[in-house]
Amino acid sequence: MAEASYPSDLKYHPEHDWARVDGDVATCGITWYAQEQLGEVVFFDPPEVGATVTKDEPYAEVESVKAVSDVIAPLSGEIVEVNDALSSGPEAINDDPYGEGWLVRVRLSDPSQVDQLMDADAYQASLE
Amino acid sequence: MAAGTDTLKRTPLYDRHVAAGARLVPFAGWEMPVQYAGIREEHVAVRRAAGIFDVSHMGQIETAGPGAEALLQRLLSNDVSRLREGGAQYSVLCREDGGVLDDLFSYRLGPDRFLTVTNAANHARDLAWFEEHASGHDAAVRDRIADHAMLAVQGPQARALVGALTDGELPARFHTAVLTVAGAPDVLVCGTGYTGEDGVELLVAPAHAASVWDAVCAAGARPAGLGARDTLRLEACYHLYGNDLSEDRDPISAGLGWCCKEDTGFIGAEAISRVRSAGPAEKLAPFVVTGQGIARQGNPVAGGGVVTSGTFSPCLGQGIGMAYLPAERAAPGTPIEIDVRGRARTAEVRSRPLYSKES
Repeated sequence: MAEASYPSDLKYHPEHDWARVDGDVATCGITWYAQEQLGEVVFFDPPEVGATVTKDEPYAEVESVKAVSDVIAPLSGEIVEVNDALSSGPEAINDDPYGEGWLVRVRLSDPSQVDQLMDADAYQASLE
Repeated sequence: MAAGTDTLKRTPLYDRHVAAGARLVPFAGWEMPVQYAGIREEHVAVRRAAGIFDVSHMGQIETAGPGAEALLQRLLSNDVSRLREGGAQYSVLCREDGGVLDDLFSYRLGPDRFLTVTNAANHARDLAWFEEHASGHDAAVRDRIADHAMLAVQGPQARALVGALTDGELPARFHTAVLTVAGAPDVLVCGTGYTGEDGVELLVAPAHAASVWDAVCAAGARPAGLGARDTLRLEACYHLYGNDLSEDRDPISAGLGWCCKEDTGFIGAEAISRVRSAGPAEKLAPFVVTGQGIARQGNPVAGGGVVTSGTFSPCLGQGIGMAYLPAERAAPGTPIEIDVRGRARTAEVRSRPLYSKES
């Protein structure tokens, strides 16, 4: 997606991750800003289903042609699903970071952590 | 680089890069475009059509005078006496112990006049080295970096595209010619490049750089950044100083024995000759990652060795690189295992180049 976009139904982590929270499960990915900084994504190395992730800690790696970056967990919990389509089409992270480019789904161990994340306006303000 | 952005040098094409939406990064003291639209697109444009690179950060040293050939024969690893007027030659610059100070292209512009192109990060050191060893030779060493912008036009369509902008015939591969290009007089056109594609490099007066850039772009060359330059050169298995070459590595281990002619008596020849006859303990070898993952510079290889360049190959669609490996495990076809940030990634040694048109 060519134009910057920060959907208002998502929650944002300062390390440029987003979470779409539905009950006690959150879908997570990286923001438009993150994919733009990274450049063309050529490889996503997903965690294993069942792995535990901890808020503010790295849980996966995403690589562009030039560099590798850690992906930081916006929330704590257990990985219940990974986006397998990214293994053959990692460019979805650039093309559709909030849709086809989602990375993992996490069953939250502490749903109250959601309150610590930013809304779209606050996140966008943090980029300026 | 420790230098802040306020002290970075800019090439005469800086405004063009900004206007084209380049991402500019510090590189060897210069503010250089790493990419415009994207590394992969630029890379593919060079492989399929033509790209233009601003490589004005590269330096030039002129060596002139009756003793110029003798001085360069002492400094450069190749046989400079075989470099003819209008020709180009690749060589390495070595210390007495064979450690590599730089890798360079030299052009013979006249019977007693040479221009040697340096890597940006090494230019000052190379220049000091040339000057230090010039005493006793009837030759003048001059820094020419301020007199040139340098544009590389590369790709299967590069020659046709530049040829249409010139008044004369383009030089053959590894040759040079002085031509008017897009109205700019006295452009040194060199049939060289570092992408694995055919093409030319243009050494042009800084005042004319922007008009030549504009004309070559208007003719259809795609601006390409240092990011694509790196993926292109690595697919072609060309060395990058600071990654694959350093003062701690000799040219034989680096696979550059072909450009070392020890009988010319250049500085480092004795040490290099010893490595050549004994056989190097480690050899630089190209590899592809056969499974998942992308190896990067500094990743260790199981059983010994280290990756010195690693990236994602846009043409092959997988991780590629070069690594120094124990000589007995450096033959094409040898499986290796690379430790990529704690994960074992499988790879295989290949022959060079990793990518060619026929593959």
